[in-house]
Amino acid sequence: MSRSTERIKKRDEREGSPWTGLSAVLTKEMADHLTGARILILEILVLLTAVGTIFTALKSINSTDDNQFLYLRLFTTAQDPLPAFVFFLAILVPLIAIALSFDSINGEFNRRTLSRVLAQPVYRDALLLGKFLGGLLTLTMVFSAIWLLIFGIGIFKLGVPPTAEETGRALWFLLATIFYGGIWMALAMLFSSIFRSSATAALASIAVWAFFIFFWNIVVGLLAPVLSPQQITTVQDLVTANQTQLLLSRVSPITLYADIATIMLQPTERFLGFVLPVQLDRAIKTPLPLGQSILVIWPQLTGLIAATILIFAICYVLFQRQEIRA
Amino acid sequence: MNNLVLETKGLTKHYGDFVAVDNLDLNIKKGEVFGLLGPNGAGKTTTILMLLGLTEPTKGQVRVLGFDPARQPLSVKARVGYMPDQVGFYDELTARENLIYIAKLNGIPRDQLKNRVEEAIERVHLTQVIDKRVNTFSRGMRQRLGLADVLIKNPQLIIMDEPTQGLDPELAHEFLGLIHSLKEEGTTILLSSHLLHQVQVICDRVGLFSKGRMVLQGTVPELARKVLGGAYRVQIKANGPDVKLRKALQSLPEVNKVDFANGVFEIEARKDVRADAADAVIKAGGRLQSLNVESQSLDDIYTRYFEEVSHESVN
Repeated sequence: MSRSTERIKKRDEREGSPWTGLSAVLTKEMADHLTGARILILEILVLLTAVGTIFTALKSINSTDDNQFLYLRLFTTAQDPLPAFVFFLAILVPLIAIALSFDSINGEFNRRTLSRVLAQPVYRDALLLGKFLGGLLTLTMVFSAIWLLIFGIGIFKLGVPPTAEETGRALWFLLATIFYGGIWMALAMLFSSIFRSSATAALASIAVWAFFIFFWNIVVGLLAPVLSPQQITTVQDLVTANQTQLLLSRVSPITLYADIATIMLQPTERFLGFVLPVQLDRAIKTPLPLGQSILVIWPQLTGLIAATILIFAICYVLFQRQEIRA
Repeated sequence: MNNLVLETKGLTKHYGDFVAVDNLDLNIKKGEVFGLLGPNGAGKTTTILMLLGLTEPTKGQVRVLGFDPARQPLSVKARVGYMPDQVGFYDELTARENLIYIAKLNGIPRDQLKNRVEEAIERVHLTQVIDKRVNTFSRGMRQRLGLADVLIKNPQLIIMDEPTQGLDPELAHEFLGLIHSLKEEGTTILLSSHLLHQVQVICDRVGLFSKGRMVLQGTVPELARKVLGGAYRVQIKANGPDVKLRKALQSLPEVNKVDFANGVFEIEARKDVRADAADAVIKAGGRLQSLNVESQSLDDIYTRYFEEVSHESVN
C-alpha cells in the first residue's frame, strides 16, 4: 500500500505528461521534412534508382519463363550494369536517414531556437521524440510511395496482379526497411546531440556508415579466427568457426537487413548462414510460406527494432542532461 | 495573498567548481519592472534559466507565480514568457508560421490560433511582413518578433535576456517603448542587461550582479545615495587664477571636494551647487566658460561601485 502511494508520489514529482506538445512538434518536423529541399534531392535520387533498376529487372524477367514471385523479383533482379534495387536500398536508406536528422538537435542550438522552444510549456521528451517520429514517419511515407510505385509499374508492365503472398512479403520488407532507416536516424540524432557542429555530426554518421559498409567484413575476417578454434579438425570446429563469424558480421545492421531481404524477397531461401550438406538432405527446393519466412528473420527484425530503440534511448539520456545555454 | 510574482531564497548554481550564482535572494512584486544588471558572465542568464526550470539549481528555493520551476515547469512556462538573448527563429518559415508553432506548443486551441498570432504580430507592428520569411528580417524586426512570440501566451511575467543588445540606439529606443507600453498594462517584467543607461529609463528597481552575487538592489536614486553618497557632480570650466578659484569653490557650503584637471574643476557636492559655484568663480575674478551638472546615472553608480570593489580587493 505504502509502496504504491510512494510510487504515485514519485510520478507526481514532474507535473503533467512528458508528451505535451508532441503532436505540435511532430507536425512541424514532418512539414519541414516534406517541404525542404533536402528531401526533394533524396526523393529524386531514390526514385531514379527505383525506376532504373525496376526497368532493367523487367527486361530480364520478361525473357525468362519462371513465373513465380514476379513482383519480388523486381526488387532483387540485377542486370549489368545495374545492381538490384535491394542493393541500392541497403546503401541509400542509411544516407537518407542520416540526411534527415544529422542537424536535428545541434541545428536548433545553432539557430538559437532551442531555448525559445523549451521555454514553452513542453518537456524535452516531447521535442526529441517528436523529432525522431517525424523523421521516421517521413521515411515511412517516402518508402511506402516507392513501394506503391514499384507495384504500379509491375502491374502495368507484367500484366498480372500481385498475389497476397507477394504483397505480404513486400510489406514485411517495408517494415524492415523503415527500421533499418530508424537505426541510422537514431545514430545521426545521437551525434547531433553530441557535436555542436552539424557538419561534424554528419561526418561522424557517415563515418560509421562507411565503416560498416566497407570495413566491417574485413574486421570480421580478422577477428573471427582469433575468437574461434585455430585448427579445424572436426565438424564441430567448423560449425563454431562459422558461427563466430556470423555472429560478428551480424553486429552490422547492414548484415541484418541483407538477411531479411534474402529471406523475404526470395521465398525459396530457407536458411541463413552456414548449413551442412547433411541438413539439406532430402530437402525439397520449394518456397517457404510467409509465416515460416517471418520465423526465420524474426531475430533479425527484432534486432533492427531493438537497436533503433537502444540508440534513441542513449540519445534521449544525453539530451535530457544537456545544458541548453549556447 | 502576497503580491510577489517571483521569489528566490539562497538560490545557488555550481558548474563543477565554478559558482555561477551564489546565494541569490530576489523578490519581484506584481507590476514591477526589474532590471538585472551586470557584466557578461556575472550569472544573469543562469539565474533566468533557473527561474524557468531550464537549469536545475544546486541549492535554494525558487517560486515563480507560486510554482516551483523545477517541479512544475509546465505551469511556470505556460504563464511566463521568456525572450532569450539573440532570439532565434526558423529562418525558412514565415513570421506567422514561427508563431503558430509556438502557439501550438502552448496548447492554444486551433480556432483561436489565427487571431492570437495576428494580435501578437499587430502589437509589435509587424503586420506588414507577417507572411515574409524570417531570414529577410532585420535585427530589430527579429527582436520585435521575439516579443510577439512571448506575448502570444498572454504571460503574467515576461523575462527578457539582453533585449536591446545589438540594436542601434534608435531601434533600442523603439523597443524600450514597447516594453514601456507593456509595463503600463501592468505586466511584470524582469530584464537583464549590461546597457545601463537604457535600463535606467524603464526599470522601477534594479539589482547589480557581480560574479554570481547580487551586490546592490533598489531603485536608481537609492543606489545613487548608497554608492555615490547622494553626490552631485558639477563641472566648471573657467579661466583665471586656478588656486584662488579652487579655494573659492572649496569654501562653498555643501561641497565635499574639488578636483582640478585640464582646466576643468570637478566639484562633488551634496546638492546642486551650480548657481553658487558660478557666483564664486566670478567673485574670485575668473571667467566662466561652461557649467555642467551630471545627473545620477546608473553608469556612474556601476563604475564607481566596481572601482571601489576592485580597490578593496587590492588593499
